[in-house]
Amino acid sequence: MGLLEAIILSVIAASTPLLLAAAGELVVERSGMLNLGVEGMMIMGAACGFAGAWLTSSTFIGALCGIAAGAALSAVFALFTLGLAVNQVAAGLALTILGIGLSGLVGAGFVGEKISPAPNLYVPILTGLPFIGRILFGQDLLVYFSVGLVAAIWWFLYRTRAGLILRAIGDNHTSAHALGYPVLRIRTLAVLFGGACAGLGGAFLPLAYTPFFIPGMTAGRGWIALALVVFSSWLPGRLVGGAYLFGAVTILQLHAQGLGLGIPSQLMSSLPYIATVVVLVLISRARVTAGSAAPASLGLVFVPDR
Amino acid sequence: MQLVLERRAERSAIIAITSPLIAIALTLVTMSVLFAILGKNPIAALNVYFVEPLTDSYSLQEIAVKATPLVMIAIGLSLCYLANVWNIGAEGQFLMGAVCGSWLAVVTNGTGAGSWVLPAMLILGALGGALYALIPAICKVRFGANEILTSLMLVYVADLFMDYLVRGPWRDPKGLNFPTTAEFDSVATVPTLIDGSRLHAGAVITCIVVMLAAVMLGRTIKGFEIRVVGAAPKAARFAGFNSKQLVLFTFAVSGALAGLAGIIEVAGPVGHLQPGISPGYGFTAIIVAFLGRLNPVGILIAGLFLALTFIGGEGAQISMKIPLDLTKVFQGILLFYVLACDSLILYRVRLVKLYRKAADGTA
Repeated sequence: MGLLEAIILSVIAASTPLLLAAAGELVVERSGMLNLGVEGMMIMGAACGFAGAWLTSSTFIGALCGIAAGAALSAVFALFTLGLAVNQVAAGLALTILGIGLSGLVGAGFVGEKISPAPNLYVPILTGLPFIGRILFGQDLLVYFSVGLVAAIWWFLYRTRAGLILRAIGDNHTSAHALGYPVLRIRTLAVLFGGACAGLGGAFLPLAYTPFFIPGMTAGRGWIALALVVFSSWLPGRLVGGAYLFGAVTILQLHAQGLGLGIPSQLMSSLPYIATVVVLVLISRARVTAGSAAPASLGLVFVPDR
Repeated sequence: MQLVLERRAERSAIIAITSPLIAIALTLVTMSVLFAILGKNPIAALNVYFVEPLTDSYSLQEIAVKATPLVMIAIGLSLCYLANVWNIGAEGQFLMGAVCGSWLAVVTNGTGAGSWVLPAMLILGALGGALYALIPAICKVRFGANEILTSLMLVYVADLFMDYLVRGPWRDPKGLNFPTTAEFDSVATVPTLIDGSRLHAGAVITCIVVMLAAVMLGRTIKGFEIRVVGAAPKAARFAGFNSKQLVLFTFAVSGALAGLAGIIEVAGPVGHLQPGISPGYGFTAIIVAFLGRLNPVGILIAGLFLALTFIGGEGAQISMKIPLDLTKVFQGILLFYVLACDSLILYRVRLVKLYRKAADGTA
């Protein structure tokens, strides 16, 4: 396997958890909700995903456990922000703190254990093709799922009536409510979907990326996923490009560290975070002239009149 | 049946005063359930967490030591949150303050420098924290970049930067390869209040900060401006208040306080710069700010309470083998309940029978 092929393979693996989590959060934010707890839901997904896979020796059940954990945490978020009209920013932070703590409790018994990584796709002949074979036809299934998920979200948002309603609620919840759309119910579903995606993104880390669980292994990926949604201007198509760009930054700094260029490893490790800040500034600056692409009701509290 | 919120005609004054207590009570109930799930006796566990630390003078002093940075950071954050500015990167500003102040301690180490070193370190720490906090503030007012994400990303950068310094240029040559600077000279150390105790002068500085914040918020134009911009942005614009300037101001002040807390922690209880100087003070301070209802005196009490959970958590780990992560779980649950109780000041919860409206199916 050539170096370039190895790099591309690892970029895809590094990008997939970001893409999964960001795709879910994009739907959440399109409905007008801002769930900042992605990091907490991801780390819970990672802990429960690993626990499930280790106990059953099944990657699939592990992934389901991750999804369930993320969705369960997001249900707490929905209960407080939608049911009790709590400030979404603060509730998101609470969810992150809670998720990090809970993941430590769940994962404590599994630190140091190993599982067999998720199986890769194998298509006769195609997977054996030089260079593109492994990249296009030899990934694990979650990679294909993540790209398919983004395509499905695009189709849902722009080609279905439910997607139109969801976007309408995100842009003006008062009008949508006046038209008779169930704002709170649709937002609850969106938040649960986002939680499931974040949980799966987190579960990808121990199931496919590194076959073990370490506390805090998400290392800020949840926050980067949130930044990716801003980066994508809330458009699913741009999300893929953004996620792969960040995956590339992560992997290239790892390779640069391996080459020993004499640059402090800490500087290289901080590159993904610095890149996030720079990208946010550039994107936001461009938007000052072009007008905001954010859903107009994003993060605002809504209590329907009776 | 469905839960429905109904806006109260007036703010509920009773809930406004008791909301932190209700939140704590609810958290204790939830924690009891969690203890039971973990197979521990809830009563015994709560006793270790919340009562035992209050019974001996060593633990009481430790609570004050832990509360010092928490309260100082939370005071700064409360100014931000009152103005509806979301600085959540206080952890990074804390670390940067620690790094900037420690620089002076490292370069003067062993040179026999005079007693000017410590005051200069504190100023450098506050300055470092303020400048680091101004990065997301400027990104916000100049380019419109979301301050939540940028301030948080800078936490990771600060952490790695400090890691680089203590493993690289600042590492103690006599430190047996441990990632730490040399022990600070006595002129670079925050003095203790009582001989043989860990209680240090930082606690006094924190009390002064609390008083200054109370005066500023209650008695000055700036404090009024902060509250108006946060509570009624349109009215603030009409009154001619400059909200962009206020973003810079609140970020700079909260960064300075976090930085000051950082250098006091390093020059006080820790005594040298090393990784892991903060068990997440910058994040816990967010909870302190909300539990204290963004009020300086409330924050002082809330800071002492959360410091108690740190000490109680350590005690529970030692005596009952309860994982330390449970403290984080506790803090997250507490923040949720605090926010929910704040919501109940404005709304009341009603259970209503659900009937289907014609448009509900959106057919």
